[in-house]
Amino acid sequence: MRRDLGWWALLLPAFLMMTVLYVAPILQVLAISVTEPTLGTGNYERLLSNAGVQRVILTTLRIGLLTTGIALLLGYALAYVIALARPAAQRWWLLGVLLPLWISVLVRAFAWVTLLRRQGLVNQGLQALGAIDSPLQLVWNEFGVVVGMVHYMVPYAVLPMLASMREIDPRLLVAARGMGASRGMVFGRVFLPLSLPGVVAAAVLVFIFSLGFYITPAILGGGKTLMTAEWIKLQILDLVRWGMGAMLATVLVGAILATLAVFSRVVDLRRLFGARA
Amino acid sequence: MSAGLSPGAGHALELAGLTRRYGAFTAVQDVSLSVASGEFLTLLGPSGSGKTTILMMVAGFTEPSEGHVRLDGRDITVLPPERRDFGMVFQGYALFPHMTVAENVAFPLRVRGISRAARDEKVKAALDLVQLDRFADRKPAQLSGGQQQRVALARALVFEPALLLLDEPLSALDKKLRGELQEELKTLHRRIGRTFINVTHDQEEALRLSDRVAILDHGRLVQQGTPQDLYERPKTRFVADFLGRSNFLAGTVREVRPGAMALLAGATRLVQAVPEGSPRLALGAPGVLALRPEKITLLAAGETADTEVTGAIAAWSYHGTGFALAVQTADLGLLQVALPAWRAPIAPTEGMPVRLGWPADASVPVAEDSHAA
Repeated sequence: MRRDLGWWALLLPAFLMMTVLYVAPILQVLAISVTEPTLGTGNYERLLSNAGVQRVILTTLRIGLLTTGIALLLGYALAYVIALARPAAQRWWLLGVLLPLWISVLVRAFAWVTLLRRQGLVNQGLQALGAIDSPLQLVWNEFGVVVGMVHYMVPYAVLPMLASMREIDPRLLVAARGMGASRGMVFGRVFLPLSLPGVVAAAVLVFIFSLGFYITPAILGGGKTLMTAEWIKLQILDLVRWGMGAMLATVLVGAILATLAVFSRVVDLRRLFGARA
Repeated sequence: MSAGLSPGAGHALELAGLTRRYGAFTAVQDVSLSVASGEFLTLLGPSGSGKTTILMMVAGFTEPSEGHVRLDGRDITVLPPERRDFGMVFQGYALFPHMTVAENVAFPLRVRGISRAARDEKVKAALDLVQLDRFADRKPAQLSGGQQQRVALARALVFEPALLLLDEPLSALDKKLRGELQEELKTLHRRIGRTFINVTHDQEEALRLSDRVAILDHGRLVQQGTPQDLYERPKTRFVADFLGRSNFLAGTVREVRPGAMALLAGATRLVQAVPEGSPRLALGAPGVLALRPEKITLLAAGETADTEVTGAIAAWSYHGTGFALAVQTADLGLLQVALPAWRAPIAPTEGMPVRLGWPADASVPVAEDSHAA
């Protein structure tokens, strides 16, 4: 018992840091949301009455779902190719997937702006080809935000799905063909169902990330496409309406916890965060 | 007999000059073999002998570098595996973990687009056949190794395949269970009368199950025949050594007569029967005889045998059914002798002098292996 106590004592500094620097501020945010400007649930009532808040929440959900869907499709194709590649090729593929993760999100957002703006490479290229007469509006709208967010999210979609695909015994695929299944049937009836846990895990991860995105929507949305995080910043830093900002922050935390709670019944969440089942 | 699986629809397979190279390495070298309809053939060999590669070429997963695979005379060498209609029990079974037992067995029928009603009936018949009907709704992970093996068997048989291929089907099981399933497999083969091709490195399994065994070594077919034929008349030292245990007696041919010859090893005269039509050794040539330990007898005083040799017991052990003796002799080195324990003529002790003997037809001349170093 005494020995155990010693081990727990070692955890104390980390525990204190988490509570003082993380849990306490979150509780404070929760408190502000029901005390500023006056005590009560007035801020939360705005969720039902204020069209502006509702629009921000709907935009966030729409962009989040769209980003999740596209990132999963692209990520699944990538993970599939990587999982079936030879080990030497796999390393190069993985490097290609992980490399963007090491580049600042700010740099990547501005890179997309230069590519997608009216005089950007994409518009100029399309005009040179004669595909369009006047430049398309590719950035400072939802399209631009989704492009930037998908780009950021694909690696996070690939990794859980790849882990799940790697656990599939390749002999099962050979066996299925030996039993008369075509390549399409092997994929549809054996590979896809067996990789599904990874798909669900990736979906949860990407969707939760998407809800709280700040820098990418702020830069690629150009202030016109407001998502939750930017709206909270606007309330607190520009309008100094702490109560409203704290309220939406609390709703965001609540939404994330609810998503996790729902999916924890479907998938083993420990796997999502890297633990071995 | 169940309704879903009709007996007697076996097919004949022929392998002609089958060769498979991987770069400079030759995994299978010029193997020709035919399997009759309804026959149980086992490809037996140590690991790396090419037996699995041959099975994969039969199944269509590996394309031969040279040679042909024919089914009932039709060339199927380049036919893709999903169009061959062969049932296969894979090493480690390869059961689909996300499907129930019934769904696993139904898989070959589903991919063939068979209607649900017909499917259910056939699945039930196949599960009845392997006595697993009670487990239809379980997942493979909830079954024991032996039950999983039977699911794999039911799944391989459910679509009434032209041929059943078995890739080390029993190697993952413990010894006792393996023995039980060997019996089941043999009974099943008799009941449904289909052509079975089995791959194993277990010589005991090969002898117990097969109508015919083909022994492979270093990618070559060394010898094929009935289990008894191979055990009693091995042609090479490798076969004699791989199937059961053998003593190898080296000598020089001194006499050749019709039906028999004699070799001299030191001062010991080895008398060897030579059946009609078997190749004979030339006078003065070196020869090797293979002799099974259980064919050597202990000679009592005054008793004689075609070949006699004296020695002393160097080591012995008791195995319940018998004693295993290692007898040191002057001319033949250490001889392994298997002595029945029931009313054994002696109680073995180390250093005890013994006189051994065996008849002329107990041993068999074997060729040295071509690749031997």
